[in-house]
Amino acid sequence: MNALEIKDLHVSIGDKEIIRGLTLTVPRGEVHAIMGPNGSGKSTLSKAIGGHPDYVVTSGTVRLDGVNILDMAADARARAGLFLAFQYPMEIPGVSNANFIRAALQARLPDGEELEATDFYAQLYAEMDKLEMSRTFTARSVNEGFSGGEKKRNEILQMAMLKPKYAILDETDSGLDIDALRIVSAGVNAQRGPGLGALVITHYQRLLDYIVPDHVHVMVEGRIVRTGGKELALELEEKGYDFIKESLTTV
Amino acid sequence: MTPAVLEIDASPTTVRLLDAGPLTDAHAEAWEKFQSLPVPARTDEHWRFSSIKALDLSAYTAPQPIDDTTREELLARSTGLAASAGRMVFANDTLLRREVLADTLRQRGVLWLPLDEAMRNHGDLFRSRFMREDAILGGAKFAALHASQARAGTFLYVPRGVEIDLPIEAFHWLTGEGGSIFPHTLIVAEAQSKVTFVDYFESPESTAGFACAVNDLWLGDGAQVTYVCAQNWSGQALSVQINSTVVGRDATAKALTVNLGSRYARSESVSHLRAPGGRSDMLAVTVAEDAQEIDQRTFQIHEAPNTASDLLYKNALDDSARTVFSGLIRVSPGAHKTDAYQKVRNLLLSDEAEANSLPGLEIEADDVRCTHGATSGQIEDEELFYLLSRGIPLRESQRLIVYGFLEEVLQRLGSEPIAEKLSALLHAKFDAKH
Repeated sequence: MNALEIKDLHVSIGDKEIIRGLTLTVPRGEVHAIMGPNGSGKSTLSKAIGGHPDYVVTSGTVRLDGVNILDMAADARARAGLFLAFQYPMEIPGVSNANFIRAALQARLPDGEELEATDFYAQLYAEMDKLEMSRTFTARSVNEGFSGGEKKRNEILQMAMLKPKYAILDETDSGLDIDALRIVSAGVNAQRGPGLGALVITHYQRLLDYIVPDHVHVMVEGRIVRTGGKELALELEEKGYDFIKESLTTV
Repeated sequence: MTPAVLEIDASPTTVRLLDAGPLTDAHAEAWEKFQSLPVPARTDEHWRFSSIKALDLSAYTAPQPIDDTTREELLARSTGLAASAGRMVFANDTLLRREVLADTLRQRGVLWLPLDEAMRNHGDLFRSRFMREDAILGGAKFAALHASQARAGTFLYVPRGVEIDLPIEAFHWLTGEGGSIFPHTLIVAEAQSKVTFVDYFESPESTAGFACAVNDLWLGDGAQVTYVCAQNWSGQALSVQINSTVVGRDATAKALTVNLGSRYARSESVSHLRAPGGRSDMLAVTVAEDAQEIDQRTFQIHEAPNTASDLLYKNALDDSARTVFSGLIRVSPGAHKTDAYQKVRNLLLSDEAEANSLPGLEIEADDVRCTHGATSGQIEDEELFYLLSRGIPLRESQRLIVYGFLEEVLQRLGSEPIAEKLSALLHAKFDAKH
């Protein structure tokens, strides 16, 4: 099946279990949103799927187009078609943005094949234009001294260049003013299509006005507790997360 | 190695360095000084943490002759920058090639001469500046040895107001088993002059020799001098390098050393901020692997008010490599409004690597700004994960982070062609193992 399939996933950090039996399927071509209160495990989910060594999967499976990726190292997962847009993108001093993206693309080529520089820059500039990024960002060190909005645009730029099959966007709206939110969302929307499955993680409904999801999942205490259409996000916005938590305790 | 070099080894003309004696009668005093000074001891503060045993000179010979095959091979390998104002190539202290400065510069009084020619034809000028500053960071015995043997290297004299746009380059090759060389670079930049000089210290693979280099920079009022040294001796070499930089009023010195070679490399660098308004930027980049030891001692001496110094040394250490950094800032009485900065950063790529940092301050004036700091750390997990999450393999991710770490220093030079050249040397060394 062409999907990102998460089945009964359990994830711990140290002794603490954060994800507690999460099941979710994102078929290619669809955009799913995960909403949830702070501390519900949203960011843990993205890091665990991405292969961060501090996040230990104790049971469950994650499949990418049918292939279990949990045995793969983080870099192999990325080359298999996974992309993580970070809530807090790291600064990499001394490594230019262009060289960074180039290295990532080069890693996807067969041994002995060299990335064609002219095409690379043409493509890079075209994508930067879409995100209204100045050309100076090619030579600057990755994320170093970037504003919050610039960092997020840079995440979407990398996503556009790497063309993943599945992308997990972790709180991409955090720290964005309305203009940046509009630009970043447009960047994501431009990449929507039958080739991409996206999982948009957010605390606020606002982002989903711009990136309209096909499905919305509500995550509480490490599980998906409700699933619905885009209207579920509006309901949450109106009633707050307490309404979900209350309905859980009454059950 | 070519058989020709082995023949040289057996040559009766090569004598033990410790039996060599002074180069000429004029060098006798220096030789006596070399013999009378004690060998370094670890109890000496200037040699704290140093592997003193590495400094045994008894196995080395005096500079060995160069045969024609080696000469051609080394000349072919002496590729510097695409554009330079002049280039000289030395091997085992013998001049192999001299690409002279443009006539226009010579007509304006610029001198750029091999050492022997400078002594012969411009003796007074040369002697007035040759090793006039004492080696005060522990290496006095090596400085004396150098002074008693120095026959190779160059003297550059830039008259008042002359600016040389393109860099000037010198190659020094150390070849043959157990030989020694004594590269010298003396730059006298008169008032308002400007020049950039690059020394390349190279050896063909695995040559175990001894290099004892001195480079002295003199900056007149308002002069701007950039000095770069690419220390790329073989991993088997023993090397000592002693620098002093004297900065005049409103002059700007910038020096960058790249340490790649040597089993043990000692580098001593002193900046004298001698007149108001002077500035010295002291930069170094080190990649130390295997059991290499890179031992760096620095001194920023503010002798006049309103002077600035800014030191940035970065070391990347792998395997069981060691580095020692000992750096002192002294603000002399009366050197008010001094602005002195010192930063050392060590990136440890293995658990066995060892970085020792000894920063120090001596402030005897008021109204000064002095900061220093030394940090050691490994590659941050979160930084690494970010690169991995883009599909960049582990080794390549580590390489990018290490290069990025070192790149900051190269960029401070403000010369893209030189930074690129140095980058290529760094990459060649690091990639050979990773």
